[in-house]
Amino acid sequence: MANVLEAKNISVAFGGLLAVNDVSFNIPNKSIVSLIGPNGAGKTTFFNVLTGLYKPSAGNIIFGDRDITDLPPHKIASIGIARTFQNIRLFGLMTAQENLLVAMHSHLKAGITSTILRTKKQRKEESDAEDKAQSILDFAGVGKWTHEFARNLSYGDQRRLEVARALALDPKVLLLDEPTAGMNAQESQVFIEFINKLVAERDIAVMLIEHDMKVVMSLSQRVTVLDQGEKIAEGSPDEIKNNPRVIEAYLGKPKAARK
Amino acid sequence: MAKVSVANNVSKSNRNWIRGYTIAGFFLFITYQFLLPWDGLPSGIYQTVNQWMPPSAVNESLVYVIMALGLNIVVGYAGLLDLGYVAFWAIGGYCAGWFMSEFFYFLNIHFFGSVPAGTPGIHINFWMVLIIGGFVCALFGVLIGAPTLRLKSDYLALVTLGFGEIIPQVFFNGENFFGFNISNGTKGIVVVDPSPAGFKNLGPFDAGWKLLLFLFLTAVMVFISLRLRRGRLGRAWLAVREDELAASMMGVPLMRTKLAAYAVGAFAGGLGGVAFATHVNGVYAERFNFAISIFLLAMVVLGGMGNVWGVILGAFVLSWVNGNGLSAFGRVYNDSFGTSIDFTSFTFLLFGLVLIFMMLFKREGLIPESRMKLLMHEGELDDADSDGKKQKAGK
Ligand SMILES: Nc1ncnc2c1ncn2[C@@H]1O[C@H](COP(=O)(O)OP(=O)(O)O)[C@@H](O)[C@H]1O
Ligand SMILES: [Mg+2]
Repeated sequence: MANVLEAKNISVAFGGLLAVNDVSFNIPNKSIVSLIGPNGAGKTTFFNVLTGLYKPSAGNIIFGDRDITDLPPHKIASIGIARTFQNIRLFGLMTAQENLLVAMHSHLKAGITSTILRTKKQRKEESDAEDKAQSILDFAGVGKWTHEFARNLSYGDQRRLEVARALALDPKVLLLDEPTAGMNAQESQVFIEFINKLVAERDIAVMLIEHDMKVVMSLSQRVTVLDQGEKIAEGSPDEIKNNPRVIEAYLGKPKAARK
Repeated sequence: MAKVSVANNVSKSNRNWIRGYTIAGFFLFITYQFLLPWDGLPSGIYQTVNQWMPPSAVNESLVYVIMALGLNIVVGYAGLLDLGYVAFWAIGGYCAGWFMSEFFYFLNIHFFGSVPAGTPGIHINFWMVLIIGGFVCALFGVLIGAPTLRLKSDYLALVTLGFGEIIPQVFFNGENFFGFNISNGTKGIVVVDPSPAGFKNLGPFDAGWKLLLFLFLTAVMVFISLRLRRGRLGRAWLAVREDELAASMMGVPLMRTKLAAYAVGAFAGGLGGVAFATHVNGVYAERFNFAISIFLLAMVVLGGMGNVWGVILGAFVLSWVNGNGLSAFGRVYNDSFGTSIDFTSFTFLLFGLVLIFMMLFKREGLIPESRMKLLMHEGELDDADSDGKKQKAGK
């Protein structure tokens, strides 16, 4: 199967700390893959490299057939890699709709003059964008909060809105950093169904960082395990479940797990 | 739900301001152009108005309003601190000085100007000079912004501070700028061409018509502000103000977005500069000092960052107090109590107190923008929310 994204031999150093050490990672088209590992393993850092926030000290990132290693974050976002954050980072004092419209920024064209003059084209673009935002909000299950400030939404709805905002970028790859953190079992189940529906209906691949093993095991086609910046295992959920190194990483090193 | 309406109002408010503004502006104009000079007016009224709020004070306030609206785009909309905004005022002013006077006496360039053909100097039409001044300032905004906007906000503030100091100094010592006279130095460029308001050339005694002109320019700035704010760029500004990192992860180009705020803000500074040259019929280097930058910032903060109506009110009140209100009050006070206190010397003490008071009790300004109001009362939220904000701040 072809890969939509290939990260090759990525390393990230913070001073003396190698937060990510020579990790290669592929995301096949229309797949759901997971990245797990104890806290501090370097998972979020890996996301930050994929989205251009950090530049890797070694390695390349290929998106489609394009090397995006040196692209600035906003470019990477606009060509199709969208993400959510471990700690929700919505624009709290903007409405749900505005949050999505911001994510559409790079796809919209209106400039200063056409906005001031409110040309026919600009008005059409705006109303089309609003319609599209609404359909994404509906899809993500937060359609009734269109004109509500993001910060006023419940925790679960904020998580959903963050996914909706990422989807507004029309991404080929969606990176979700601990999306079910703080959700109860029932909410997690709804989320699992949502992601399955998403991948079934759209041309999109999903990469998850997730601690909830039930979510990981039921969604992922492939699971990769990071520990102290290194990839220690990769395989199907069943393979990972029974891998002794993984069990050791989670249980055998209480220090790392407790952090 | 009460909460819903807050957000709804954000998008719906300010939509039908033009009618109200026109009516208010029209009354102001009628009052100053016709009612005040009218012989039938009881002289008591004439004197009171002239003492408390003469036409020139209103006009000067409006010049401040125009510039505060520009600064509001940078500070209120995009959340960037600018401590050197006076530079744009100066550049706009000198654009008027260069292109609408006999300053370049060795040239003879006329383009729909308001002086007779044959007058030496460059004499370009007032409306065009407005646009030129705006664009020259926008260009300078981009030039100063491009290398500095990558800086974190504290450093950016310092650089703008330097810029606001350097530009006026260049003009102040501009009699010999690498061998060229660009400003007449401290003598200033005196007698800027009268500005034509359609049918009439406005000289020093046409305060009423200038009022109309400045009201119009103010309306243009309000219009631009509100339209941009509601569009693609305005949303990007807001997003950058809220969370720069998240905005860039959502495809918003930070540099371009901030530069656009700088450019549009500077454009307004240019309009204000040309308008001011029209107001005082000249360009005087010593008028462009650092205090003006702070003064303008105070207007934006006092009125309500991000809300054009608040900013207008803030600019009006502060410039009136500074220009006329305090001295008029002093005269009345001294007359009635037989004292001779120099009230105007307390201007900055008063401003300082007002700002401290505002920061303590009404941080969001007189007419706050609804989002700003919520933001400013962050500390009063429950723990969960403030926790989230801390994580953001600690990025
Ligand atoms: N910006 C940074 N500067 C310095 N160290 C960092 C930075 N970001 C992450 N780290 C460090 O890199 C390691 C991996 O962190 P992170 O990627 O957040 O782990 P995870 O998401 O797997 O829990 C940690 O030791 C963390 O302290
Ligand atoms: Mg993490």
